[in-house]
Amino acid sequence: MTARPDISGPALASLRFGGGSRFGWAWHILPWGVALATYFLAGAYLTLGTAALEMILFTLSIDLALGYAGIITFGQAAFFGVGAYAAGLLSIHLTPDPILGLLFGTAIGALLGLVTGALILHTEGVTLMMLTLAIASMIGAFGEQAGDLTGGDNGLQGIHISPLFGLFPFDLWGSTAYLYALGVLFLWFIAAWRIVRSPFGRSLDGIRQSPRRMRAIGTPVWWRLVAIYTLAAAMAGSAGALKAQTNQFVGLDSLDLLVSGTALVMLILGGTRRLYGAFVGAAFYVVVQNLAAEFDPFRWMFVIGGLLVVIVMFLDGGLMGLADWLRGAALRILPGAARK
Amino acid sequence: MNGDSPALSVRGLSKSFGALAVAQAIDLDLEPGARVGLIGPNGAGKTSFVNLLTGMLRADAGSIVLDGGDITGLKPEARVRRGLVRTHQINTLLMETSLRDNVAIAVAERENFAWRFLRFTPQWRRCLAEAEAQLASLGIDELADRKVAELPYGQQRLLEIAIALVLKPRVLLLDEPAAGVPAAEAHAIHAALDKLPADIAILMIEHDMDLVFRFARRIAVLVQGRVLTTGTPREIAADPQVRAVYLGRSAA
Repeated sequence: MTARPDISGPALASLRFGGGSRFGWAWHILPWGVALATYFLAGAYLTLGTAALEMILFTLSIDLALGYAGIITFGQAAFFGVGAYAAGLLSIHLTPDPILGLLFGTAIGALLGLVTGALILHTEGVTLMMLTLAIASMIGAFGEQAGDLTGGDNGLQGIHISPLFGLFPFDLWGSTAYLYALGVLFLWFIAAWRIVRSPFGRSLDGIRQSPRRMRAIGTPVWWRLVAIYTLAAAMAGSAGALKAQTNQFVGLDSLDLLVSGTALVMLILGGTRRLYGAFVGAAFYVVVQNLAAEFDPFRWMFVIGGLLVVIVMFLDGGLMGLADWLRGAALRILPGAARK
Repeated sequence: MNGDSPALSVRGLSKSFGALAVAQAIDLDLEPGARVGLIGPNGAGKTSFVNLLTGMLRADAGSIVLDGGDITGLKPEARVRRGLVRTHQINTLLMETSLRDNVAIAVAERENFAWRFLRFTPQWRRCLAEAEAQLASLGIDELADRKVAELPYGQQRLLEIAIALVLKPRVLLLDEPAAGVPAAEAHAIHAALDKLPADIAILMIEHDMDLVFRFARRIAVLVQGRVLTTGTPREIAADPQVRAVYLGRSAA
């Protein structure tokens, strides 16, 4: 008999980061440390940092649905946009409180995820992909048509957000906004981390690999998928709400399919089914996009596209795959340092 | 439960695709602990019958009663939860996942832990421990940490059986359990089949005549969607009708 089974063990190949070795937890400090250091060092770029945090949260929601559960979705932007409009509208018409706005955006995202997920998740593959696209397009068109509600092409203006917890006003430099977004991302990240390691998360990983197998052990596949789709939609709704609150503006572009596409690129850059892949990919994308745009405002997409090609072709598992490789190499080069 | 009534009782089960009748008024009973073999030539409707039993196909007529409860209208996963479990003719496993987790995920499902994403650690440990024990009873526990994709096909077949057993079935459908296994590895499958818990009612669908006649205490012969005859292996082997339609023209 082997020793007591290791709960964090090699269960999912995608769960390596932070697992395994005794000081595995220390690796968690790196991304969050960088995020915190950004607060002190970013200066004028802090609003860009906030935008990155919001995209990380949104990309994370795609990783849950697409990466872990295998739901081929290109329509996640619908939940992002609806969450943004919901939070914006609440602040205009009811209350400027940021937390209530965040919860409202999250809840509306979840509700839309539940309803649309229940309708489409009995399909799979290309059919499912087309349905997610169709639903996102319909909601985008609705946003455009319902000008009285959304402001149409002019966007939703007049959003005012009261101080966080009644204490910290959202200032011009965006320092409250940054920490607020970081806090929300941190909470969602912990939730996601727990979920993908739970029996529920493992059953999703099973469904991604073989729905047939899971039905043969009695898994209600459709219900499981609806549950994670709703959860991912809630997370995307949160990301949208954060964006509405920190920008104090919502435009039709937040419902655009391009948002889904961009986040997918971020996820693939970083590496799917890693959680930190969403983190690293989205942050990397935002930074590179900004640098490239400063360098050459007309051809930055060329840089992003080139990077994507290189990473997909040569780096198995995206930037996180590269991080694994570097960590392995470092442990080999530092002889015995870990062992003594 | 009630020991007299059959574990599985099929009555008048019928299914047609247009003019093609794949199941015609099939009757079949499995007593608790039964070892029944289902044989028939290619195209006899064996696979359709399995799909009707598991709920992958919906019957046009007839009933399926499991342990006294009618399951004819239930979905596949609901039938599994009632205790009607199958193995697959072609391995259907989580290839990127370890053997232990493949089994533990099934335990979690059986115990209704699989909805949990809060405070799950003790339960999940129990699932892992039970998975480990099940793998040990089939002699593949040293491989528990390996990914399924890394294993030879024969050992994957054993994992199919391990997953089925951990679901604590009342009725187990073995769909060609030795299919695709090279002769050198077949003995491990045979040994596993011999050790299956005595109280489970088992229906084995199999092409390999040696295996069926060795395993089954009763054999049903399916021809063109009908049960041609049932009997002990000895009776079936001697039945001229069966020899004519099944054991081949050469034997007739």
